[in-house]
Amino acid sequence: MPARISRQDVAHVARLALLDLDDDELDRATEQLGAVLDHVADIEALDLEGVPPTAHPLPLRNVFRADVVGLVLDRDEVLAAAPSAEDGRFRVPAVLGEEP
Amino acid sequence: MSAGDARAIAAAVRSGARSARDVVEEHLARIAARDGELHAFTTVTGDRALAAADAVDRKVAEGIDPGPLAGVPVALKDNLCTRGVPTTCSSRILEGWVPPYDATVVTRLAAAGAIAVGKTNLDEFAMGSSTENSAFGPTRNPHDPSRVPGGSSGGSAAAVAAGFAPLALGSDTGGSIRQPAALCGVVGLKPTYGRVSRYGLVAFASSLDQVGPFGATVADTALAYDVIAGVDPLDATSIPDPVSATSAVLGEGVAGLRVGVIAELVGDRMGIAPDVLRATRRAADVLATAGATVEEVSVPSCVYGLSAYYVIAPAEASSNLARFDGVRFGMRVDAPTTLEMQRATRTAGFGPEVKRRIMLGTYALSAGYYDAYYGKALRVRTLLLREFAEAYERFDVLLSPTSPTTAFPFGAKTADPLTMYLNDVCTIPSNLTGHPALSVPFGVGDDGLPVGVQLLGPALAETTLFRAAAVLEAGR
Amino acid sequence: MTTDGWETVIGLEVHVELATETKLFSAAPNRFGAAPNTNVDPTSLGLPGSLPVLNERAVELAVRVGLALHCDVRPSTFARKNYFYPDMPKDFQISQFDEPINVGGWLELPSGTRVGITRAHLEEDTGKTTHVGGSGRIGGADHALVDYNRAGVPLLEIVGEPDLRNSEDARAYVEELRQVLVAIGASDGKMEEGSLRVDANVSVRRPGDPFGTRCEIKNVNSLRSLGRAIDYEAARQVELLEAGEAIRQETRHWDEASGRTLSGRSKEDAEDYRYFLEPDLVPVVPDPAWVEEIRAALPPLPADRRRTLADAAGRPPSDGEVVVAVARGLDGLAVAAIALGADADRVLTHIEHNLAVDGADALTALSFAALVALETSGALTATQTKDVLATLVAEGGSGDPAAIAAAKGYEAMASDALAGAVDAVIAANPEEWSRYVEGDERARGKLTGFFVGQVMKQTRGQADGKAVTALLAARAGG
Ligand SMILES: [Mg+2]
Ligand SMILES: [Zn+2]
Repeated sequence: MPARISRQDVAHVARLALLDLDDDELDRATEQLGAVLDHVADIEALDLEGVPPTAHPLPLRNVFRADVVGLVLDRDEVLAAAPSAEDGRFRVPAVLGEEP
Repeated sequence: MSAGDARAIAAAVRSGARSARDVVEEHLARIAARDGELHAFTTVTGDRALAAADAVDRKVAEGIDPGPLAGVPVALKDNLCTRGVPTTCSSRILEGWVPPYDATVVTRLAAAGAIAVGKTNLDEFAMGSSTENSAFGPTRNPHDPSRVPGGSSGGSAAAVAAGFAPLALGSDTGGSIRQPAALCGVVGLKPTYGRVSRYGLVAFASSLDQVGPFGATVADTALAYDVIAGVDPLDATSIPDPVSATSAVLGEGVAGLRVGVIAELVGDRMGIAPDVLRATRRAADVLATAGATVEEVSVPSCVYGLSAYYVIAPAEASSNLARFDGVRFGMRVDAPTTLEMQRATRTAGFGPEVKRRIMLGTYALSAGYYDAYYGKALRVRTLLLREFAEAYERFDVLLSPTSPTTAFPFGAKTADPLTMYLNDVCTIPSNLTGHPALSVPFGVGDDGLPVGVQLLGPALAETTLFRAAAVLEAGR
Repeated sequence: MTTDGWETVIGLEVHVELATETKLFSAAPNRFGAAPNTNVDPTSLGLPGSLPVLNERAVELAVRVGLALHCDVRPSTFARKNYFYPDMPKDFQISQFDEPINVGGWLELPSGTRVGITRAHLEEDTGKTTHVGGSGRIGGADHALVDYNRAGVPLLEIVGEPDLRNSEDARAYVEELRQVLVAIGASDGKMEEGSLRVDANVSVRRPGDPFGTRCEIKNVNSLRSLGRAIDYEAARQVELLEAGEAIRQETRHWDEASGRTLSGRSKEDAEDYRYFLEPDLVPVVPDPAWVEEIRAALPPLPADRRRTLADAAGRPPSDGEVVVAVARGLDGLAVAAIALGADADRVLTHIEHNLAVDGADALTALSFAALVALETSGALTATQTKDVLATLVAEGGSGDPAAIAAAKGYEAMASDALAGAVDAVIAANPEEWSRYVEGDERARGKLTGFFVGQVMKQTRGQADGKAVTALLAARAGG
């Protein structure tokens, strides 16, 4: 059976997900993801022609919240849980990279 | 083994016959004696529990109603946010994180007088079926410490089975309450999607996740469900319909109830062990003897649930787990730029199974593959919903095994991820449809270990499930 | 740089912060200027376990905008747009993707041009990252600090069709949109506070050719910058094309200091946003009756108001003074004053030149019309009128202009005193006078200005220009 996911695909996906894989991990992931995708391919036996997708099991509509101020967190408590903070803000390394 | 009986404890505490402090001390002593071996807990909150117990006792003394779960120790799966108490999801990436807020279910339990005694171990981010994927080491099955407790809520199931707490909460995305309940010989319910608030449950797969209770008995589990169920304005996917108390109807029996045994899940094809099949058929007999009509029913797409699940759940997880990036909470691995820091943090912080599922889900959603994988899986979900809707026109309740086998030895299924995934074949369909399902202990397997059978119902049929479960409990 | 022979094609995306009390998906305050990270709750920080719940008011404001832009208001859903960025708390943005709430409308500019609106959809804002240390620029910073106060603020992204052809119209579009948003209470419209943020898609082509490759310009913070950025970018593209080079589709940033657009770094595979339906939210299906209620409650829009004022004043809606009156929100005053008999030209002139002051909106039509009547009857000179108007506004806008004028000692000159002054000026300038008497209309027109000026000088501004002109004509026997 042809591989369902290539080593390059796995590398691409790891990049998108911000995960580093070394060569061995890449090989193993390619094999393991391939095996799962092979199993998943059993879906292809089903006739899904004209079957609409269901993204969510609930038939709810129009669930709203009133525009009223509620719980606000204490900044000190929030920043105490942060890896690094300064001046009431979350500290990160100098940002290099493209803005969205 | 399980001391259980939350109902008796609450009654004794409410009447003043027994102090909540006494109850909590007794359970903390059990934890101290045996959790070193079992490792059901990631954190035990003894001091907080005693303080909460004293508060309940004060209420009793002052004549204030301490609530239906007064003084009942509960164990909380460590993916439920607890203000002031670390919430780890059994992951390095959240090690040491202390949430600034409580999950809604945690608030509800406390308001009902329950006493949280600790946070329980799980497969990292609830991804697994054996609790072997915990970054902090596995939990052992109280019935046989050489075997897994199931997962991902293995710590909660083991805690109830070991008598550490009569009640526990878990989360169930593909069977993570029901399967460990079966393997540990306790009762576990996955409620209807939306019946219990997810606010404060660290998300794995948002359209599948549901919080639910474990109990040593059907009645205890029903009592816990009655407390945590109901609409929550902080969860837009919670169902507004009023909750009908399940505790009140437990004795009503199953006379006239139409029970369907899911043919696909009791056949040869799904790899269900013979002893588990025998138990399931015997459960059907018990229900029939109690006055139910029992027939086999075919739900053909059931067998494709696993495939749909292993696309949908990782897809949602890949997005839900993006926020673990070393910026706002949890651990960080330093690096010269933010992007490198985020990548290094995620690479060091997530375990192998979590990474596998993130990559699988990222792939299933990525440009060019969405239609082939994610899109198809959502259509299978539609088929399942249709077929179950048809089945529920003819049956009130469906019956199947919960897990293909009894508790298995450590390492037995870790070599190949797919082997582990197959554990969830019976439980996954209810997550995809959002329907409630319950696992109740029913006898033992050839190895003497507990077997669980699963009762499935249409949306909001929890009451019916509990009625049938009570009959099976009495008849086992 | 020249763009002769080329046509610029512009489509604008405007992100509007909606004027709600709380965020789009949580109850933390939506308040500009608070101390960093004080308007946060678990959801706006993207803490594990947090969930979004949709703000009903934000939906209502979105519908208002949609209706004001003549859009179709539709059932809508939210999706997740996945990409990593530190100021986005969940590392995905919840945004309406496949099924936006507003689709297919238009905005009419004062010139009468209609610009198509593709869609206007709800989404959440990001936090703000500040670079610290080093040169203070991104490249030279030591580290960065993130404030999530803005994270989760409701945004409406209004995507315009590529119907604009020059930077003037682009500016007019944004200004018109701003006025509409303020008029219907959807936004405070403060560009300087980021309440309105504009991205410009710019391409160039030979007229009649298909659209060229476009670049998206970000970081444009004022109308002035928008115009400069578009002109710069169009010229840059023309230069490249004329040199035989191709345009690369990319995001570019407007650099205010250098007056140039700069290329952003390439995003490579970060472009794969892996959109999927947000499972934590349910669809929004606006009840048609509710939509009609919102429509019925909409105030008149600037374009309608320009038409009303233009009709009252006997001018076209594109008239500069009409546009200004509406932009300042003084069109209601103008229409009412004109209805009370005030001279429309004087009304509009005063609004444009003398009422660009605080408190002008408190001026009552009754007082304003009375003042203009004093002016047109000759009781007050133009200069006196302006002075009385200033006092009238300063004192609250509802006073009696005649009383104010009297208190200032302004009385129209007695007609014989004025006649005396005119005769004295004629006598002192015989040459000019004979040219005035013998001249044609054009020559007279020119010399009128001269004589009026001389009379003003002699009377220290007390004279009324129109009365002087009439006297001159009478003396010349015309
Ligand atoms: Mg945009
Ligand atoms: Zn946007």
